[in-house]
Amino acid sequence: MSNIIPGYRRPDRLSQPPYDSAGYGSTRLRHPQQPPLRLPHTRTETSAPRFSPQRYAPRTDLTVQADGSAAMGERIIVGGRVLDEDARPVRNAMVEIWQANAAGRYNHPGDDHDAPLDPNFQGMGRVFTDQDGCYRFVTIRPGAYPWRNHKNAWRPNHIHYSVFGDGFAQRMITQMYFPGDPLLALDPIFHAIPDEAARNRLVATFDLELTRPEWALGYRFDLVLRGREATPMEDHH
Amino acid sequence: MPTPTPEAAPAQGLVASAHQTAGPYWHLVDFPEWADTTRHFGDRLPPGERIVLTGRITDGAGAAVADAMVEIWHADPMGEYPDPNGPEKEFQGYGRCATQADGSFRFVTLKPGPSPLDGEARANLRQAPHVALAVFARGLLTHLCTRLYFEGEPLNETDPVLNTVPPERRGTLIARPTGPGTWTLDLRLQGEGETVWMEI
Ligand SMILES: [Fe+2]
Repeated sequence: MSNIIPGYRRPDRLSQPPYDSAGYGSTRLRHPQQPPLRLPHTRTETSAPRFSPQRYAPRTDLTVQADGSAAMGERIIVGGRVLDEDARPVRNAMVEIWQANAAGRYNHPGDDHDAPLDPNFQGMGRVFTDQDGCYRFVTIRPGAYPWRNHKNAWRPNHIHYSVFGDGFAQRMITQMYFPGDPLLALDPIFHAIPDEAARNRLVATFDLELTRPEWALGYRFDLVLRGREATPMEDHH
Repeated sequence: MPTPTPEAAPAQGLVASAHQTAGPYWHLVDFPEWADTTRHFGDRLPPGERIVLTGRITDGAGAAVADAMVEIWHADPMGEYPDPNGPEKEFQGYGRCATQADGSFRFVTLKPGPSPLDGEARANLRQAPHVALAVFARGLLTHLCTRLYFEGEPLNETDPVLNTVPPERRGTLIARPTGPGTWTLDLRLQGEGETVWMEI
């Protein structure tokens, strides 16, 4: 009987963006030129930090301040599941989110876009998945914002996601996009993902089940983290 | 030595979601206290050596990478990691730090002990003390991963990961002491002296 903890399956190349992506200017001086060293997975990669809601306070409604003041913009509900590639729920996973406000401005000193800040919207949230891998939060639909990557460049509406799984090899930061956004077709960050189906999995779907009558539209966004190898890596000595 | 399996899309089931850059505004989830993994303990520290890990990140032009998020993950001083299904341990070697205008990061943590390779079956195989590093930033569509080792550790000679690195590039992974309890490792994203980045 083996007690070897299996590693994670290697990523599907076409479903992940490369480091060097000509359309996205900031990759030019930041992508490694040497091929990466492929690491066998050890306990360092198959273990991960655990986060308790006691120490990492959840913030599931980004639209209301402690004093009850409401953020400006279109309130939305976003929910979904975090699964692994074997469709198993990733439980108690910490999911962090951050985003621009309804006007397309981040509450960040580096954002100089000429759009108003909203004193009632910080744009940061933190939720934990439940036993089925489900999460849910309430926010404001973020606005599009300009960036200087190319002439007349605008980022599509998006919410940034940071997710921790059960192994550090599952660590992921990504972005959720909105269906029907005309800017998606023009966005080099979205299009850095070679495979069209993989791109489209980052686009949330409108969900009437999540929609709360007379209150807010619901969007569904599922995330998939790497799955385990079917069999443990063996030592062939 | 474990043999990594050839890359292949899973025959069935789901495919992992695509990564996307953390961008320049990730500081909305920057909590500077997270750079100190010992912050929960006050003056009743668990046994172990408290250390500082520092370094600077530069790009292919030698310019400071001033907008990066650096994360560390490492074993505790006994070389143990948390149970994947267990609760948060009293101490865990996870930290997050934003780089400063000069590209520098700084963590306070407890020095990791030698850790198991991959489980109980080969408990006699120990990895040299090391720290997993992940770098997220604008211009990185997926985060970059590497490891930090400590100069002078006897187990460095037999560490199964370190020894797969060509000897002439091994130095990019080995932190040097630069003060009492302070270890420094600079990271280079691209070009001369490029860090050995790892596909984990
Ligand atoms: Fe953004």
